[in-house]
Amino acid sequence: MFDTALTTADFIFLAKGAGMTIVVTAISVLIGTVLGVIFGVLRYQLGPIWAAPLIFVLDICRSIPLLIQLVLTNAFLGTILRLNLSGFTVACIVLSMYTAAYCAEIVRGGIEAVPATTRRAARSLGMTWGQDMREIVLPLATRIALPSWIGLALGVMKDSALVYVVQVTELLKSTQILITRLQEPMLLLLICGAFYFVISFPLARFGGYLEKRWSND
Amino acid sequence: MFNYTFQWKQAFARLPQMLDGAAVTMQIAILSMVLGILLAITLTMFRLSGSRILSAIARTWVEVARNTPALFQIYMMHFGLGSFGLHLSPFLSILLGITFNNAGYLAENFRGALKAIPETQTRAARSLGFGAAGAFGYVVLPQMLRIAFLPMTNQMVWAILMTSLGVTVGMNADLYGVVQDLNALTFRTFELFALAAVIFYLITKIITIGARLIAARLFRY
Repeated sequence: MFDTALTTADFIFLAKGAGMTIVVTAISVLIGTVLGVIFGVLRYQLGPIWAAPLIFVLDICRSIPLLIQLVLTNAFLGTILRLNLSGFTVACIVLSMYTAAYCAEIVRGGIEAVPATTRRAARSLGMTWGQDMREIVLPLATRIALPSWIGLALGVMKDSALVYVVQVTELLKSTQILITRLQEPMLLLLICGAFYFVISFPLARFGGYLEKRWSND
Repeated sequence: MFNYTFQWKQAFARLPQMLDGAAVTMQIAILSMVLGILLAITLTMFRLSGSRILSAIARTWVEVARNTPALFQIYMMHFGLGSFGLHLSPFLSILLGITFNNAGYLAENFRGALKAIPETQTRAARSLGFGAAGAFGYVVLPQMLRIAFLPMTNQMVWAILMTSLGVTVGMNADLYGVVQDLNALTFRTFELFALAAVIFYLITKIITIGARLIAARLFRY
């Protein structure tokens, strides 16, 4: 039972897949968060009517399976616009928008959680809108938003398992390639699952800890 | 504008097939949701039971479901169980995979909801003569489901989106599987998937709006 055909080379192959998962996630979360903050502030600032187009686009990103978003964007950029983009680029574009869509909601929730009276007080003291945003809203909203944001980043890492559809070989795809070759699904899947778990679990716990700690006062 | 001829007719000609696929997608999502809620209630009771083993099982389930990709869980049902000689059909693999995921997330939601129900509710029920099971089933559980209604709606939307993963284990009857097969036949990738995207969007919209109406009706007081 403990005999395995898994070689060191295979392990390196898996590690490369894991590296790809982390790189795709890191880039997407980074770009997605920047976009998400911009969208979230815009959405809050513009109000529900002027931000309607933005709300609609973000809603689409959240209501369509990621798999379809990837295939669709790939087809649009590749066969319609005839851009010669790598699957990696397409994956990062789609996942960034996906992250931004969720992040915008989190940011908006964070901003809305700051009491209007606090903000009016800031403006009464002579702070500009920018100062109010930076010095008052940012610290207070972060306390609300950060735990959810950690959850979002982990969600994106898990969802990045779907980018195989645009020919990016990330961890789960590498695992599947090895399963096809070695025919040892249980062992390989356990290694793969353990990797995701080891990254996700402590961070999720940390997010839960922050949420609990910051909600007390 | 584009150096590309759109062939929407070809996609629309396949609409009936795609709607059949959408029905299968709904079937999987609803079944996985019903089973998921039942399992999640069971897991919640495991946690409340005070038994170390039972709550360890529940905790492991929840953490594995929440900290690994849904696609991994579906692979586990299909290839993982397959290595024990238990070969599930694609339909069952995807159904059980999503159910596992749903149960984990919902159990966590239920746990959060339980915290919002005062302990006094149970005590009041017990002093009125309810047994432990009766107090939970008639007093705590309905309130818990009510608090967790919105997360449950979200999970339902997630379940629908997750059905598209079935294609990786050879499912070809659901919406995504049908579209993928049609794509192999016609190569109208953009048109077909755009239409599928619209169908998915409409389904999720109907569910979120429907849930809001149901909530307004159920939770009037």
